[in-house]
Amino acid sequence: MARICDLDEAIAGIEDGALLAIPADYAGNAMTATRALIRRGVKELRLLTVPTSTLQAELLIGAGCVAALETSAVGFGELGSAPRFTAAVKAGTLPIKDATCPAIHAALRAGEMGNPFGPIRGLIGSDVLANRPDWRVIQNPFPPHDPIVVVPAIRPDVALFHAAMADRAGNVWIGRRRDLFHIAHASMRSIVTVERIVEDNLLQDETLAPATLPSFYLDRIAVAPRGAWPLKFGSEYEEDTQHILAYIRQAATEEGFRRYLDEHVFGLVAA
Amino acid sequence: METREEEVLIGVIHRLIQGTGHIAVGANSPIPAAAAFLAQALAPPGPIVSLQQSPENNLWTDGGRELFDCASQGRIDVFFFSGAQIGGQGDINLVAIGDYKSPKARFPGSYGSAHLYFMVPRIILFRTEHSRRTLVETVDFVSAPGVSAPGVYRRGGPVALVTPLCHFAFDKAKGRFRLETVHPGHTVEEVLDNTGFAFDRPEAAPVTPALGADAMNLLRGTVAEKIARIYPKFGSDVWGLQERSMA
Repeated sequence: MARICDLDEAIAGIEDGALLAIPADYAGNAMTATRALIRRGVKELRLLTVPTSTLQAELLIGAGCVAALETSAVGFGELGSAPRFTAAVKAGTLPIKDATCPAIHAALRAGEMGNPFGPIRGLIGSDVLANRPDWRVIQNPFPPHDPIVVVPAIRPDVALFHAAMADRAGNVWIGRRRDLFHIAHASMRSIVTVERIVEDNLLQDETLAPATLPSFYLDRIAVAPRGAWPLKFGSEYEEDTQHILAYIRQAATEEGFRRYLDEHVFGLVAA
Repeated sequence: METREEEVLIGVIHRLIQGTGHIAVGANSPIPAAAAFLAQALAPPGPIVSLQQSPENNLWTDGGRELFDCASQGRIDVFFFSGAQIGGQGDINLVAIGDYKSPKARFPGSYGSAHLYFMVPRIILFRTEHSRRTLVETVDFVSAPGVSAPGVYRRGGPVALVTPLCHFAFDKAKGRFRLETVHPGHTVEEVLDNTGFAFDRPEAAPVTPALGADAMNLLRGTVAEKIARIYPKFGSDVWGLQERSMA
């Protein structure tokens, strides 16, 4: 069952070398916890983005916390590219498994089901597949016996995400951000930050229960108000676009990125 | 106000999505999103429009994977991709320029292209730079191939490529683009000079039809406002709209 604790104790559950799963930026990113992880100096993470990421993967990569990455994309969409991700991949210092979104979903779904692998359409003839020796093409055992890609199940060591509220029993309401269900189901354990703790048991409300992740999937829960900043969080707050644009400009150089960390992660510079 | 290049692309895409039921739009695609919202605004309620990155602008309740589940089942009619490179056989590259292992340039990644490109009946390609470096004979990395060998399950693929100069249709049987129309103010010679792949073309390519006055008004009014809320940079660059913390 999950226990409610402070942020540093919560992230202590993410060990060096862990296979860490994080959600896409529309699902709820634990950014306060990510900054705390960087301050702690977490190392050698094998990072899985489900299925894409923006600032969260970018900061962990830039800060040297990531030994290997599996992703379908890391970038800021129309705002620009992710400079530290791009630099690390170009320099060859970040081993990357390029995926495609539904292949990551299929691998997690196999993990959720306790199956060894999952099938996924498409991919045949792509260089995505050509560069994934861990994936296979098998013959569909049923008519029309066509070739189909299968990917091995993924069971992340730990998932980290941000949600709106937890109750005292350690159940977490995720609303329609259903990716968080899938990630938590597939992962060995999950560490969650929430905007707030509520007194009533979420599973006893028939309206809230279907969007509530039961406590037994979760390990540690910490309260982190505005814990997704500067990213958007559901209907609670918007993305801090100006901050992201400033980040992209500043992190164009390694020195600029270090200054960003000093200011916004280590708090060494008055903001 | 003169018609902007982006508005010409939106107009062409708007024509190409006529009569479709469910339009899905992926990451970083303000031009297709504007065309889809315009289709809704012109003939309400119009098509279903689902923006993958924006829970406020889609009807999905099963997370990011629901788009791909829907596409595999045939519930999505149209999707859009761009590419760092687009190849003459319809291949798209969203990953790297040069050698994949030590690239000259690296892009975010393939997103869902390696799956959706096979599954969605009408994929419309758009590229805001029409040049020999973006439209190439052969791409450096195939995120998703334009055509597949016989026997490979494939219910969809590219049907068109829209650029600031012209509209190409994609001939699936030949695995080749064909010039359909050239945008006002541009010429076939310009298209030939700036395209790195060989393509078919008629004796005389027609001029791309412009958006009607009503459609243009809607585009610059309610549609532009909606787009600026989702894509603040695009709204600001194209229509001078300031939203949120972009102000």
